Amino acid sequence: MFDEMRGAGGDLRASYAHVGEWLDALKPDALVAKRAEAERLFRRIGITFAVYDEGGDPERLIPFDIIPRVLDGEEWSFLARGLEQRVKALNAFLKDVYGPREILRAGAVPEALITQNPAFEAIMVGLEVPAGVYTHIAGIDIVRTGPREFYVLEDNCRTPSGVSYMLENRAVMMRLFPELFAKAGVEPVSYYPELLLRMLQSVAPPRCSGEPTVVILTPGQYNSAYYEHSFLADEMGVELVEGADLVVQDGAVFMRTTGGLKRVDVIYRRIDDAFLDPLAFRPDSTLGAPGLIGAYRQGAVTLCNAPGAGVADDKAVYVHVPAMIRFYLGEEPILNNVPTYDCSRPDDLQYVLDNIAELVVKEARGSGGYGMLVGPHATKAQRSDFAKKLKAHPHVYIAQPTLSLSTCPTFVEKGVAPRHIDLRPFVLSGADGVRIVPGGLTRVALREGSLVVNSSQGGGTKDTWVLRK
Amino acid sequence: MLARAADSMFWLARYMERMDFVGRLLEAAQMMSGVSTEAEEWRSALIAAGCEEAFFAKHETATLETAALYLGCDKDNPSSILNCLEMARLNARAMRTNLTRDMWTAVNDAWLVARRIDSDAFTPARLDDTIEWVKTVSMRFYGAFVGSMLRSEAYYFTRLGCFLERADNTARILDVKYHVLLPDYARIGDAFDYYQWTSILRSVSAVRAYQWVYRGKVSPWNVAELLILRPEMPRSLRRCYDETVECLERLASEHGGRRGECHRLAGALGAQLRFARIGDIFQSGLHEHLTNMIDRTADLGQDIAAFYMR
Repeated sequence: MFDEMRGAGGDLRASYAHVGEWLDALKPDALVAKRAEAERLFRRIGITFAVYDEGGDPERLIPFDIIPRVLDGEEWSFLARGLEQRVKALNAFLKDVYGPREILRAGAVPEALITQNPAFEAIMVGLEVPAGVYTHIAGIDIVRTGPREFYVLEDNCRTPSGVSYMLENRAVMMRLFPELFAKAGVEPVSYYPELLLRMLQSVAPPRCSGEPTVVILTPGQYNSAYYEHSFLADEMGVELVEGADLVVQDGAVFMRTTGGLKRVDVIYRRIDDAFLDPLAFRPDSTLGAPGLIGAYRQGAVTLCNAPGAGVADDKAVYVHVPAMIRFYLGEEPILNNVPTYDCSRPDDLQYVLDNIAELVVKEARGSGGYGMLVGPHATKAQRSDFAKKLKAHPHVYIAQPTLSLSTCPTFVEKGVAPRHIDLRPFVLSGADGVRIVPGGLTRVALREGSLVVNSSQGGGTKDTWVLRK
Repeated sequence: MLARAADSMFWLARYMERMDFVGRLLEAAQMMSGVSTEAEEWRSALIAAGCEEAFFAKHETATLETAALYLGCDKDNPSSILNCLEMARLNARAMRTNLTRDMWTAVNDAWLVARRIDSDAFTPARLDDTIEWVKTVSMRFYGAFVGSMLRSEAYYFTRLGCFLERADNTARILDVKYHVLLPDYARIGDAFDYYQWTSILRSVSAVRAYQWVYRGKVSPWNVAELLILRPEMPRSLRRCYDETVECLERLASEHGGRRGECHRLAGALGAQLRFARIGDIFQSGLHEHLTNMIDRTADLGQDIAAFYMR
């Protein structure tokens, strides 16, 4: 098992020199006090994660762990190159499947996987989008198993969230431990909103003249990520609109302001495709704006991310991302996929049934970590139950070996102990290419031995440091 | 700015101001209930808070115990202190991007405390402390918005909400007690009346202000003048309307001089208050004057919403 701080052997790794020294010097009481202070800060700022249908406190905090996760400059530049490559391929893939479909004709990706995919949006077929970018903001989930072994666990091409935690975790850490930052040489992340705004403006419709008006479209304050929506709007200085604030008139999109209607050029939407426009998608949706898709198709407004981008982040399509990289870029993938078994293939299904005790089986479509089986942690009864579901609906599932995810020292009830972590960097793609702020969101599974880092299932977060080279 | 944002800022301020007003009503009624008949005082407070009917549908009589709970924390009373705070925070949260961090923490901190407040806080033993807390909350919010907001649209909508609500509140408290201000009611040297007038002043924090302006014994005529016509009195109708007109003018100039019915009505009411004489008001009917102000203020709120918030 690889520990981020102590490697496999137990010696402090160079990148953790400052953190190690600081941890040794910190008294246990001070850790407790600082953690309480961090929680107070988060509550006061109102950084909460709303979970409305589960009872209990409707405005929950995602637990924040005060021990940072550190990547050195070399590790980061390796990751950054791999991320850029991967997201370029994902965008090329989206442009292709909604355009000439060369990759399907070449047989590199099965056609049915795309055309019968629920995330495939027919309205996107043949549409030219600004700069050919579909997934403007991508969150790529990465896990680590060794000093040089990084794997991409999942691509999030629709509306990935969590970037506000990356920014606020850093702000809170700097406030709690200013002395730590003075010595460590940590790359800043706070300019993310600036990069985001510049990227969004860069993909304004070609017809837009003058400075493009950007807005964020939110489902509203009961959405679990509402804090993030308002945080980003505030940091970028743009309006945070709801569907009811938007009107489509004469083929253009406007927002209702105190001075009348104002033209909108770019919409960073944080609502799902199905709710964007009741005329194009779900007729019962009140979250979107009627006519929005019509205006989008006429090139009057840009939607970020593009509708239908989800076809690239499906877990069944994930298997083919290395092939996409080879197909579109003619390069070998820098970041590896986790070996994945596609249960719709009879051979793979048999392998999965035979080795279910060692595998993680999950839905090809689904999120939040509900519909999965972690083989090694499941009881015999749970495994045989799941095997039945698997045989009944093999095409729903994929399986992967249980990776021995890296751990990072984490402050838990009993003191400082290793806990499994992952990493979600945020990759921005616009007309000026790909930009990534050094870092991302590190999620930590707070329960001992657990591999599930989802915030809805007891996961926490850490500040993520990239050290200057 | 977004029409919906203007609406949220306006109501955020109204609810904070209303919460403050209900706190002051509780304070004034509590002090008076030692002097006059308790039930009468609490009934007045309930009328002024606009919830007399709903209260008596639930309770037989108004006492310190029942009325303070109802005005303080009853979930069924939309204008209870805790409900006002809840609504204020909902509006604040809906439009966080328009609030400064100071404003947000002022509202959110209060809300975090309020979440742990139980009905105990509105029992006689703890009522004073709770009212003090309510005042601190509203002062902090007021200080935060005046002290930290850019003087742009969002600020003027917030300020507009604050003063329109205050105008309504002052008119209401006066109207509930108008009969004790009428000349045929006043009996010279009657200690009871003296307490009544002082109670009105206290509910708008104007006991000291009265002394500074009139330097003498409290008389109903002067109390009415202070709260209706004096521009230097921060909660008088005149002051509230001066502020309201000013905010609307600023908004008009932000929008290239665009004006509507709300500007006309505010201007007309402002001018009326500016040039009226208290003698004329008493002559033509204090009650009629006050109910007219309450109705016109409600109209103005609707005109503002129609012009800016849709």
